[in-house]
Amino acid sequence: MYPYIPNTPQDEQEMLQAIGLDSMDLLFEDIPKDVRLTRPLNIPPSKSELEVSSYLKSLADKNCSVSRMACFLGAGAYDHYIPSVIDAIISRSEFYTSYTPYQPEISQGTLQYIFEYQTLISNLTGMDLANASLYDGGTAVTEAALMACAYSRKGEIIVSAGVNPQARRILKTYAHAQNLKVVEVETKEGVTDAERLNELISDETAAVIVQNPNFFGLLEDLKTLGEIAHKGKKVSMIASVNPISLALLKKPGELGVDVVVGEGQPLGIPLQFGGPYLGFMAVKKDYMRKLPGRIAGETTDLDGKRSYVLTLSAREQHIRREKATSNICSNQGLNVLAATVYMVTMGKEGLREAANQCVQKAHYAFNELTESGKYRPLFDKPFFMEFALTSDVDADKINKALLEEKIIGGYDLGRDYPQYKNAVLYAVTEKRTKEEIDKLRRVLEGVK
Amino acid sequence: MMKYYNKLIFELSKPGRKAYSLPALDVDEKPLNNLIPTEFLTDKELNFPEVSEVDVIRHYTNLSNKNYGVDKGFYPLGSCTMKYNPKINEAAARYDGFANLHPLQEEACVQGALQLMYELEKSLCEIAGMDRFTLHPAAGAHGEITGIMLIKAYHDKRGDFKRNKIIVPDSAHGTNPATAAMAGYSIVEIKSYENGLVDLEALREAAGEDTAGLMLTNPNTLGLYDRGVKEIANIVHEAGGLLYYDGANMNAIMGHARPGDMGFDTVHYNLHKTFSTPHGGGGPGSGPVGCKEILAEFLPVPLVGKREDGTYFLDYDVPDSIGKVKDFYGHFGILVRAYTYILMMGNDGLKKASEMAVLSTNYIKEKLKDYYHLPIDTLAKHEVVFGGLKDKSTGVTTLDIAKRLLDYGYHPPTVYFPLIIDQALMIEPTETESKETIDGFIDAMIAIAEEAKSNPELLKTAPHNTIVRRPDETKAARNPVLKYEG
Repeated sequence: MYPYIPNTPQDEQEMLQAIGLDSMDLLFEDIPKDVRLTRPLNIPPSKSELEVSSYLKSLADKNCSVSRMACFLGAGAYDHYIPSVIDAIISRSEFYTSYTPYQPEISQGTLQYIFEYQTLISNLTGMDLANASLYDGGTAVTEAALMACAYSRKGEIIVSAGVNPQARRILKTYAHAQNLKVVEVETKEGVTDAERLNELISDETAAVIVQNPNFFGLLEDLKTLGEIAHKGKKVSMIASVNPISLALLKKPGELGVDVVVGEGQPLGIPLQFGGPYLGFMAVKKDYMRKLPGRIAGETTDLDGKRSYVLTLSAREQHIRREKATSNICSNQGLNVLAATVYMVTMGKEGLREAANQCVQKAHYAFNELTESGKYRPLFDKPFFMEFALTSDVDADKINKALLEEKIIGGYDLGRDYPQYKNAVLYAVTEKRTKEEIDKLRRVLEGVK
Repeated sequence: MMKYYNKLIFELSKPGRKAYSLPALDVDEKPLNNLIPTEFLTDKELNFPEVSEVDVIRHYTNLSNKNYGVDKGFYPLGSCTMKYNPKINEAAARYDGFANLHPLQEEACVQGALQLMYELEKSLCEIAGMDRFTLHPAAGAHGEITGIMLIKAYHDKRGDFKRNKIIVPDSAHGTNPATAAMAGYSIVEIKSYENGLVDLEALREAAGEDTAGLMLTNPNTLGLYDRGVKEIANIVHEAGGLLYYDGANMNAIMGHARPGDMGFDTVHYNLHKTFSTPHGGGGPGSGPVGCKEILAEFLPVPLVGKREDGTYFLDYDVPDSIGKVKDFYGHFGILVRAYTYILMMGNDGLKKASEMAVLSTNYIKEKLKDYYHLPIDTLAKHEVVFGGLKDKSTGVTTLDIAKRLLDYGYHPPTVYFPLIIDQALMIEPTETESKETIDGFIDAMIAIAEEAKSNPELLKTAPHNTIVRRPDETKAARNPVLKYEG
């Protein structure tokens, strides 16, 4: 017997009898012999929960978790504070063992939190509406670009080199498959080169994609870049943003952005080695019927009660098949709930306070780390909570030295930008303490 | 449950309440506009609610009470494999070394995570009969597009650019044609025989020098094993195309048959179906993609490699890779859950799971076929599709049956899919349900069939005892209200 298979041999016999078969083997008679597997699968036999958990713990313990170190690594995934209420709520099995809310009568819990999430994301970004989420920040950039191409019926996407290199690689993979053209606009002193963008905009341009704060942590002039983008006809201005930053920064909706996407991981989702995270997408009204992914909407039921359903499904694959806006047929469900609970728990004041602490501590760290002159700012531009420093010391060597002192160092920009060899990108969240930052400085000063 | 609860979190907001606490800032605070120029800063307050922690917990606990999940009861939703989600999976994914690991940490810091991914890949290869797997895709549909891009890369590398079509049977999941289109292909839809199996003649006609590949699920969406699969593979391969296996229905055949042995070149699993990871109200899932050696050189980067000294590494050295399809390395937290399940079940347990899933399905088929129209009465695999009531004279539809099942406390089966069966009711019990549970469901289905005769209005106006009743979807789509505006 197995813990997750309740039927006993007697049940099995009774059921076989009811369908008129003598043995379990006959249930697979329809599979021709030449494709039947006649040997056991070459994986180990079943084990007890104690054996499995002890093995998995041994694997987990081989990893150096950020909870035991001071993490200054960001580059797309951030070590923010996660309130305890989040795990308490997402651990409720009424939420996590449910399916996509196709039967609204018994899915009002899921549908309502999606509706609340759409409201919060719309308010945060200053946009008209949001979908129920996409896989992650990187694929959300691609979905936005594909939507812009469908919207404009054009096939050229201009993307800033300041956009996360992973997101750009995903975009290129999909663009290649669909014969779309991706043009990169370089950065100048760390931010998108506006003059160059102006030269690149043409009648073929479907979208301009920038990130804010960009991959180097720097603030982009979204308003100016958007004005340049909109010189083209039906060009979508797409901004990939850090949601925490929007507690302090001007909203993309106020700056002429048409489509806002981003990585929702900072909103209460654990790092968990890169996923699952959450891609958010919010748009201006004009894009409503081109939006990929699920959307929840408010309605009333037979008795006139306020209720929620999945809506605008005429866009989706199960109705439109090959004409759908995307092949996507899920959302990040439970992570949407985590982000919703995070946003309402932090609330109006808390998100602002967390964002302010990130900014204050990052700037303190920047000043401390650059004071002696051994580490120099790679760029001289306003930043949010991440900044790049360069030096004569090899990035790898720096990070090894930090690791010995239980500090997770920054991201080696040379991995993606050969011109910035030895430049390291540091992220400072509200979780880092003055003590940790001071220790980072001490260790860095000692690296030879 | 409290009396009917119908508040949005925004309606609980009261200025001054808070649910968070942060340590006092321990560096000297500077005016924000000394750090960030004013032109970047907003002067507007955030339009977020102000609530206490108690409000948050009560609100979402009340919302959870409005949901139905596998932990509450039977969830025979065809094609979705709503099996029980073991609790050790949840615990393992929360182990500190897994949950709090940054994806860009040094290789030496993440050896346990890489080892888990390496071992999971080996297990997935063995179960599907494939040579390599990428763990990156976030969901089934994401797996599909990854697999189709592998096929495209294969043809492109051979300079074979004339192949611009993907063949999809009319019984396929809607994601299949949507995926092929998203990968830049046009779709050739081929008819199925009346029994839902691929029409070999239609396939022979469709296959040709413009065929890039075929997308198929086997057992198909009617829950039937397609005996012609080797012939199907031959036809497509002889035309120069490749075969993609939609692994949505893998729960029927674990340990009994493998897509790799059937002739498929690439495959995706839905870890949230077959390997017991929770559906989470719609996600996050995970859709790893496997392939035969001929396609391995195109897999997304990075793969996980193992060195001779026993250490693991992220392998970016895949020169002909299609590139990246996903941030980082996939839904690692879901991979942990799926691997936990594989370790718990072992080769014997996985095989048993498929057997019991198939047994339960055939049992339901046998018990209900006198009451519901069974268009194809042959041995079923993991799911069975009925075509509404046997007696259709009362005008009771599949939707009415589904809504009435809610009154009986069951999640209804999948309705109106597959499209090739009129009034389709698709039932997938999975292996995790006891005979008593299944008998209870059968009794409810029979009682509903009786009610349809004696009191059809009762069904047409169902459900009667749910917290809301048939929310108006037409109204929602015509006049979209997609956010709360106070």
